[in-house]
Amino acid sequence: MPRYFTEEHEWIDVEGDSATIGITDYAQEQLGDIVFVETPQTGTELAKGAEAAVVESVKAASDVYAPISGTVTEGNAALDDDPELVNSSPEDEGWFFRLTVSDASELEGLMDEAAYKTFCEGLD
Amino acid sequence: MRYLPLTQPDRQAMLDVIGAASVDDLFADVPNEHYLDGPVEGLPLAAGEMAVEKHMRRLSKQNLAAADAAFFCGAGAYRHHVPATVDHIIQRGEFLTAYTPYQPEIAQGTLQMLFEFQTQVARLYGCAIANASMYDGSTACWEAIVMAARLTKRNRVLMSGGVHPHYVSVAQTMARFTPGHIDYELPVLASEPGDAALIGRIDEETSCVVVQYPDIMGRIPDLQRIADAAHDKGALLIVVNTEPVALGALEAPGNLGADIVVGEGQAIGVGLQFGGPYLGLFAITNPKHVRQMPGRLCGETVDADGKRGFVLTLSTREQHIRREKATSNICTNSGLCALAFSVHMTLLGEKGLTALAAENHRLACVAADRLERVPGVSVLNEAFFNEFTLVLDKEARPIVRALAEKGVLAGVALGRLFPDGEGRENGLLVTVTETVTEEDIETLAIALEEALA
Amino acid sequence: MNKMNASGWKPGTPVSVDNEGDYPTVTGNKALMLEERLVFELGTRETCGVDLPEPDASAPNRLGKFARRKPIDLPGLSEPETVRHYTRLSRQNYAIDLGLFPLGSCTMKHNPRLNEKVARMPGFADVHPLQPVDTIKGALGVIDELSHWLIELTGMSAVAMSPKAGAHGELCGILCIRAALEARGDMRKVVLVPESAHGTNPATAAFAGYEVEDIPAAPDGRVDLDALKARLGPDVAGVMITNPNTCGLFEKDMKAISDAVHAAGGLVYCDGANFNAIMGRVRPGDLGVDAMHINLHKTFSTPHGGGGPGSGPVVLSEALAPFAPLPFVVKDADGEIRLVEEENVGDEFPGSFGRMTAFHGQMGMFTRALTYILSHGADGLRQASGDAVLNANYLLRSLDDVLDAPFGDAGHCMHEALFSDHGFAEGMSTLDVAKGLIDEGFHPMTMYFPLVVHGAMLVEPTETESKATLDQFVVAMRSLAERAKAGDETLKSAPHHAPRARLDEAHAARKPVLAWNGQDDA
Repeated sequence: MPRYFTEEHEWIDVEGDSATIGITDYAQEQLGDIVFVETPQTGTELAKGAEAAVVESVKAASDVYAPISGTVTEGNAALDDDPELVNSSPEDEGWFFRLTVSDASELEGLMDEAAYKTFCEGLD
Repeated sequence: MRYLPLTQPDRQAMLDVIGAASVDDLFADVPNEHYLDGPVEGLPLAAGEMAVEKHMRRLSKQNLAAADAAFFCGAGAYRHHVPATVDHIIQRGEFLTAYTPYQPEIAQGTLQMLFEFQTQVARLYGCAIANASMYDGSTACWEAIVMAARLTKRNRVLMSGGVHPHYVSVAQTMARFTPGHIDYELPVLASEPGDAALIGRIDEETSCVVVQYPDIMGRIPDLQRIADAAHDKGALLIVVNTEPVALGALEAPGNLGADIVVGEGQAIGVGLQFGGPYLGLFAITNPKHVRQMPGRLCGETVDADGKRGFVLTLSTREQHIRREKATSNICTNSGLCALAFSVHMTLLGEKGLTALAAENHRLACVAADRLERVPGVSVLNEAFFNEFTLVLDKEARPIVRALAEKGVLAGVALGRLFPDGEGRENGLLVTVTETVTEEDIETLAIALEEALA
Repeated sequence: MNKMNASGWKPGTPVSVDNEGDYPTVTGNKALMLEERLVFELGTRETCGVDLPEPDASAPNRLGKFARRKPIDLPGLSEPETVRHYTRLSRQNYAIDLGLFPLGSCTMKHNPRLNEKVARMPGFADVHPLQPVDTIKGALGVIDELSHWLIELTGMSAVAMSPKAGAHGELCGILCIRAALEARGDMRKVVLVPESAHGTNPATAAFAGYEVEDIPAAPDGRVDLDALKARLGPDVAGVMITNPNTCGLFEKDMKAISDAVHAAGGLVYCDGANFNAIMGRVRPGDLGVDAMHINLHKTFSTPHGGGGPGSGPVVLSEALAPFAPLPFVVKDADGEIRLVEEENVGDEFPGSFGRMTAFHGQMGMFTRALTYILSHGADGLRQASGDAVLNANYLLRSLDDVLDAPFGDAGHCMHEALFSDHGFAEGMSTLDVAKGLIDEGFHPMTMYFPLVVHGAMLVEPTETESKATLDQFVVAMRSLAERAKAGDETLKSAPHHAPRARLDEAHAARKPVLAWNGQDDA
């Protein structure tokens, strides 16, 4: 299962025409203690780059943008009660939402894990 | 100057440390042509305490204080007895001269007070959560409208004619600059608030219905009925209350289907002060809406030693973090007024608030009965709490002015609030609180009779 | 996880404190430092601290069917218990009355008690906002006299008095700009805001329906004039500038900025939060400003009250004066002072953009501010700004050898001194220094603002601090700077002597408890 990364510090797992999206370990580290996550409602149609979710720490609020276009099939309900999952398991249990991929070509040009690692090293 | 501790030798010693020749030199970045080399011309120079106090007392004497009149004014600002304890507490320097509690370790006094205040307001309104206060009732009302638009993603606002016209005016002003559309019709001079007509105007585009309880003429709308109708169409009910003492006698709006309850808290603890500073109250019945709520919030937590403590929380909604995505433009709350409210409410408790409300209502009933016997006067209201509308057989404004000359502040003429006639110019809104004596009522009745003769 | 309701006050359970030399007590109290429970844990619904007649259940009732059925569930306290409850709470607060409160951009100066006395005169405190105008001549007189001072001190044409606080004043100013542009049929869309602006500025512009664009700062901490000029054009409604700016520097190019904006058809808003630095020294009107709010609770000493009420009158240029919100006061040629409201605004002032608040603004703050102004006089106000700037420069030069002062070479600062965390040991932060200041008996400075400086510490002493106080603060700050540079771990857990240790803000935000839920485990 390929995993893609964006410059906005999101990861995307693609399985068939379904994609799971979350924020990276680097992003949660930057944000600090996550206190609230608002995920999109099922059925929401998102265009690439649209505001999809909101993640809040004590002192900051950030928008999470849809890295690719698609229709939301599920938001991670576990984050309603346990937003700290984003801190403890950002790239697994702390996923944000799933969507059906409407245009697989949008995945082209996204980074793989190695490229993302290099990208983050360049930021510090 | 008595507020400036530096002496001339201090200033010189400090300039030496800085390496500047004079205080004027510190302003070197101000272009020469714009720098003032002496005090602004044409303005008085410094004055001692006695002289300033004398000047201000002279100005204050040009006002007729409520205590020196038979006093019946209301319409969004109410005169109640404020216990001496309230003013003592709010003048303690630790409350008076503290800043917003951004350093919670040394601001637990303000924070615990705000937590208690939020709880008191939530219970009074029959709501789940109240914020730490807003500027005043009128701005809280507008903020509620904006919040309803965010929650429903609709923009049509239905405001009842019973809402205070100044509150409507604030909403209309703000709506001019935002996508909101205010649907408002002036109130009819009738014995009941016209709930059915209001309900008939709710549609699928309506984000919220705004109703005042009791309304600007002292009438009491049927909130549950309006709430049911609003909810049927997917709209929210915003209830505005300008007289919190009324809720000692009337059912709480939150128990009658309101989604957002806002109001003016001035009546408890704050005093008249010619209209400000006042105290905006804001509460919601559904705790899930809290992240869409404007204003500061104080929450409970623990410190590093495990002790209970309080902090300002959910600040990501606010503009210093969210910038243009903030829930509100409001930055400060009305902290000291919230303290005054909370101290007064603590002194009253359930027993005192209920008794205070009962006494207000008793006196208002006495006044309504007495004034109705004045020739040329009728009482409009079917139901009321401590405020009701008299319909005179003449325009009320000149009567109010004439009575003021005799030391009787008879109330607020509806013509002052609604300058456009249609019979409202004969309406006189009379408010009777526990500060009114039966003798005052007799004075008003006799003065009205003379003026109308 | 600690229990949420673990009150500090628990009979019979000594608080476990393992710090050496700390002697636990049974009550949790420590001599004069008294723990206090919530009023909901102390009071009962039957207790009352006010004497009122017993309600007569048989009295006539005109409440219709709306009488309350559910109890409110509000506990009360007797008067002595009330006094004690709030007095105990008050002692857990820091305040100007206790010591230096050097919060940058907040101007925490002494609050004179004459102001409080005057505001309580019955002719001011006990007057209704809708009394007939003939019975409130003194109130209108206060508004007129204060207006005159504010206009003269700023060199402007008019002032809108009704805004309730600083951000409300900002909104008023921007709405005046929008109303003026619309009146000439000009629907400009963009407001430019320098990146060092107060966070409220972009929020305000957005609320007024504008798109916000940042303008970068030049390396010397001031607005980049060339970048600003390059962005000006027919879509720009105006700029919002803070002067003196949030780095504590005077914008030398202010007049050139204003001229450029005006030439491009825009208008200039100035955030007046820092007016204390220049009061009586330079007039914003002379620098081309069209609108500026004045925080009476900063510059003119009305109390902050633990977070309000504020008051934010907005001075306006000739171009914006016709658009001021209702109600306002005008003085006719014969000296007669009139109140202008909806009913008489009519043809005389057709441009007014409407009403921002129910009544006349913060009258209780007007009386205090006017009292303060009359006490100082024009000479005293000028001396006040001079001493405020002198005090800030004294702190800057007494600390710039131990703390990094990013604009220390840019010349003298205005009324606040800016430092950064540059040079602190790995893991030590501005927050740690701030919490260390608490243990030393001072309120922390403004932290992490302005954003353009890493780990910013913005120190505003104000003019009402003595040299002795400043010298003591310098001793404390020098010690803290050394500890931060040395990586002193005990700073990380400071404060150690405050009523509470560091509070868990993430816990508060994750599962918000915003009202007492009735569970008492004490």
